[in-house]
Amino acid sequence: MGLLSDPVRRRALARLVLRLNAPLCVLSYVAGIAWFLALVFPPLTQRTYMSENAMGSTMVEEQFAGGDRARAFARDFAAHRKKSGALPVAWLERTMRSVGLEVYTQSFSRKLPFPDETHERYMVSGTNVYGILRAPRAASTESLVLTVPCGSDSTNSQAVGLLLALAAHFRGQIYWAKDIVFLVTEHDLLGTEAWLEAYHDVNVTGMQSSPLQGRAGAIQAAVALELSSDVVTSLDVAVEGLNGQLPNLDLLNLFQTFCQKGGLLCTLQGKLQPEDWTSLDGPLQGLQTLLLMVLRQASGRPHGSHGLFLRYRVEALTLRGINSFRQYKYDLVAVGKALEGMFRKLNHLLERLHQSFFLYLLPGLSRFVSIGLYMPAVGFLLLVLGLKALELWMQLHEAGMGLEEPGGAPGPSVPLPPSQGVGLASLVAPLLISQAMGLALYVLPVLGQHVATQHFPVAEAEAVVLTLLAIYAAGLALPHNTHRVVSAQAPDRGWMALKLVALIYLALQLGCIALTNFSLGFLLATTMVPTAALAKPHGPRTLYAALLVLTSPAATLLGSLFLWRELQEAPLSLAEGWQLFLAALAQGVLEHHTYGALLFPLLSLGLYPCWLLFWNVLFWK
Amino acid sequence: MAAAMPLALLVLLLLGPGGWCLAEPPRDSLREELVITPLPSGDVAATFQFRTRWDSELQREGVSHYRLFPKALGQLISKYSLRELHLSFTQGFWRTRYWGPPFLQAPSVWINLGRSSVMSSQGSSAPLSTSSTPPTQSLPLPPSNPWVWPMTLTTTFCAMLCCRGRWSAPKTSPPGRSSCPVVPRASLISFHLLQAGLSVLLKADRLFHTSYHSQAVHIRPVCRNARCTSISWELRQTLSVVFDAFITGQGKKDWSLFRMFSRTLTEPCPLASESRVYVDITTYNQDNETLEVHPPPTTTYQDVILGTRKTYAIYDLLDTAMINNSRNLNIQLKWKRPPENEAPPVPFLHAQRYVSGYGLQKGELSTLLYNTHPYRAFPVLLLDTVPWYLRLYVHTLTITSKGKENKPSYIHYQPAQDRLQPHLLEMLIQLPANSVTKVSIQFERALLKWTEYTPDPNHGFYVSPSVLSALVPSMVAAKPVDWEESPLFNSLFPVSDGSNYFVRLYTEPLLVNLPTPDFSMPYNVICLTCTVVAVCYGSFYNLLTRTFHIEEPRTGGLAKRLANLIRRARGVPPL
Repeated sequence: MGLLSDPVRRRALARLVLRLNAPLCVLSYVAGIAWFLALVFPPLTQRTYMSENAMGSTMVEEQFAGGDRARAFARDFAAHRKKSGALPVAWLERTMRSVGLEVYTQSFSRKLPFPDETHERYMVSGTNVYGILRAPRAASTESLVLTVPCGSDSTNSQAVGLLLALAAHFRGQIYWAKDIVFLVTEHDLLGTEAWLEAYHDVNVTGMQSSPLQGRAGAIQAAVALELSSDVVTSLDVAVEGLNGQLPNLDLLNLFQTFCQKGGLLCTLQGKLQPEDWTSLDGPLQGLQTLLLMVLRQASGRPHGSHGLFLRYRVEALTLRGINSFRQYKYDLVAVGKALEGMFRKLNHLLERLHQSFFLYLLPGLSRFVSIGLYMPAVGFLLLVLGLKALELWMQLHEAGMGLEEPGGAPGPSVPLPPSQGVGLASLVAPLLISQAMGLALYVLPVLGQHVATQHFPVAEAEAVVLTLLAIYAAGLALPHNTHRVVSAQAPDRGWMALKLVALIYLALQLGCIALTNFSLGFLLATTMVPTAALAKPHGPRTLYAALLVLTSPAATLLGSLFLWRELQEAPLSLAEGWQLFLAALAQGVLEHHTYGALLFPLLSLGLYPCWLLFWNVLFWK
Repeated sequence: MAAAMPLALLVLLLLGPGGWCLAEPPRDSLREELVITPLPSGDVAATFQFRTRWDSELQREGVSHYRLFPKALGQLISKYSLRELHLSFTQGFWRTRYWGPPFLQAPSVWINLGRSSVMSSQGSSAPLSTSSTPPTQSLPLPPSNPWVWPMTLTTTFCAMLCCRGRWSAPKTSPPGRSSCPVVPRASLISFHLLQAGLSVLLKADRLFHTSYHSQAVHIRPVCRNARCTSISWELRQTLSVVFDAFITGQGKKDWSLFRMFSRTLTEPCPLASESRVYVDITTYNQDNETLEVHPPPTTTYQDVILGTRKTYAIYDLLDTAMINNSRNLNIQLKWKRPPENEAPPVPFLHAQRYVSGYGLQKGELSTLLYNTHPYRAFPVLLLDTVPWYLRLYVHTLTITSKGKENKPSYIHYQPAQDRLQPHLLEMLIQLPANSVTKVSIQFERALLKWTEYTPDPNHGFYVSPSVLSALVPSMVAAKPVDWEESPLFNSLFPVSDGSNYFVRLYTEPLLVNLPTPDFSMPYNVICLTCTVVAVCYGSFYNLLTRTFHIEEPRTGGLAKRLANLIRRARGVPPL
């Protein structure tokens, strides 16, 4: 730091930063991207290992043999569901009681802010059924949850069957030390959210539900199960939860251990795990999985009902049975044994899962990248913003000091130049206006849907999405008008100061996002940083404008959708992509209101206004 | 190993030095009794009681000769002039809603060691209360140090009792009484065994396969005669277990002694003056044909127990005909018509307790009190002891029933002192008929000093159950009974007047997570933090606070300095 207090050396350093700014920025950006791509190669990606002592070895003998029973339960359940057209609550209650559980129901209702066209629901009311297996000679202080979300269609019957068969098997055992809750929820995630809120006696999303009659203490871990066929070829595991939260890595390790033990085929993001990490093929395949995970985590939506448990600090994951055209199939016994093993191991837990990683990326089921190794990638990207901001700051400084600087009388520590005040005042208008745009984007679509449906021939959901896009586009027109209010005293100083503020604002936001949800932070940084660094009112403005539009948050979302389907080997056509984009917008808004997902407010209140500032800079006159 | 792992408290029976064959009329007597009750949920509860009564003034006479009464306890009583002692060790939680009101009230339990394994774990909790008489001149003072009790009892019962902080006394209890409603973590370590009479049935591996297991010692003085001119000492050792009918019976509700205990009764205890088995054969519907007991009982006993009229079949082991016929007695109960799989009748008072909220900063303790009586309201005394590291906000205390605020008629709150004493909150609440009353209070989780965390901090910290005491309206009028004549289990419930009965319930214990540092990382964190602070903070502070002046490079040299010296001497400004 002596470097900075010595005026001579400080000036030298400043000159270096100024002269080499562009190459340094490019270098830093490239380094960030390269670091991220390098994450899939062995020195950076490590083999997973079980940290929790209590779950260390797999010395559990699985005895589950209720395959026939599970299938019978599933058939009955499907028949009853078809007959009643909803969740057969009475049948479930009766069956759970007959296998010896304490059974309770919970009814809930929720009016969505606007109709959900993907799931075809608006006014939702349903009933959750859950049965508690009480551990002998324990006082119900801790519990585990096995949950099956049931949607409106007739999927997941086999999961309910397996849940009941497992409950019957578990009930006959005497080794349980934690209560086990078997939960069947209606309206998939909405039901889960209602149950969780009632269990913890909080109301975060405006759900109306009846209070729970039976509880089982602090939930230590949860497994959600989705199965729609009597046989499966593989089990896919989903870890990404609400707002990109992840369960403790040990839970995933546990699942993987039992998959290996039972010889089950397991996939992550629908991809098989590459065998060979030493050649180039393995890491490349891992990169696909990693990118898929980054995209999923960045979306911030719960990928399975486990995602909602994570808010309450309950480690949870979703297992999905996949039935593809592969030859070798597993029946429900194999899946049941894996689940039995997992539950017996979780039953051994002495403490909450806390030993292993909570922040990680997965290029494969048995490989992970820890937070210490992936953070530099986003760090390098944010460094670009920092360098640019430094350059602007110094240029502003020199401009403020006028012409005496090159004259040789060095004064690096002069107090703020008087013209600085004017620069700051000129920033107030653009900042306020873009923030107001963001607020309008956040509030108006849902608030104004009824007005829109009255005046235009659109449905509510369409109205919301179209209003969203309209406000978004209207924001682009505004900046031309914002700075006319400001006196054009020092033409360059104005946009430089604005860009400086915008850069710092963006860097802070991205930094905070990357800390909580790395994937989202990294994705946004990758797209927004280069154009943010480039934006200025001189040079090829149209090119800059096109670039800026292409890297705006909405365009990033659209691009992510294409990339997502590309990686899943199901490429989208443009029209499909647009439809998917509109659906994703509606889902994003809806998930904010129903589950408390933060992506929509984050983009509309934080990043969109910030991006508008750069747009403002670009069109500064 | 299993057979050698015997039951705890019965050691005390063995401690009698064997003087019982003397011819003099016994001044002490032992009664033993087993009550088997099919519970509403279909499970079966078995309650053993061994009651020793000694006509001796332990505190006044220098007693040295002990017969049936255990010497260790007798000495404890005379040394500290105890007035009463109640100690219970429980594993499991009495589920009042499904099992009905408990015979013997003991709080729920936590399991401490080896929560996951069955045979090797004997963690338990211990509600404990002791009372000392006001000191008189002839007696040594009762110990003022609160740690003496746990220590003494620990050595006597081979159990580990650790009570954090000071024991606190509820205001409603008489002075001189110290009690620790529940010691959250107590480990019972060693076991002893006596095999005779009813205790033949106490086979450890069966008893530890139950859903609920509670053993207790109660010592108290009782009046020797009606005018209470002199007192006797009564020691009760009880054990109650609940057998899980679903696991033992494969779904059937029939049971027999052999199926439950894997033993049958063969002989009465030679020391006991009374040795009986009571079987609850009350039928819930009026039809008497639903169940059948084998062998058919010789006598039955009818009384009002916990507000309902009950019928018991009596098997007297001292009755020679009972055992001599077949050399063993295996009582069986068969349901003629399988009882329907319907929701069991709900008791008038039950409760539920939970922690609400999420995150590690705040939370809320909520207690739900259910009064299911169709038309009568009754008051409940709610006693909460909350550890100091949950900082209660008393202004957030809300009590609502049926959507309206319910004002308690009495509140006593004693704030916690950090590391010394827990919060104590005591309220008398009127529960309206057929209602749910919610009592909730918010708290903040304190950050402990790092040495104060338990070895398993991520497991969470226990909050002891609330204690509910209530006089519940009775369906049938009960009449006061003569304790010495009636069965032992009957004297467990003090009947003050016939129209209601006393119930004490314990809610679930709670597990609360406190903000916990990552103990595996301290050195990394300390090293990193210190480095960052040392390197960055110092120089930034330096940069920010110092003003810089450009110093003229020193030119000149020796000649100039000399000139300046001369100029200063002359009083002229230097060059």
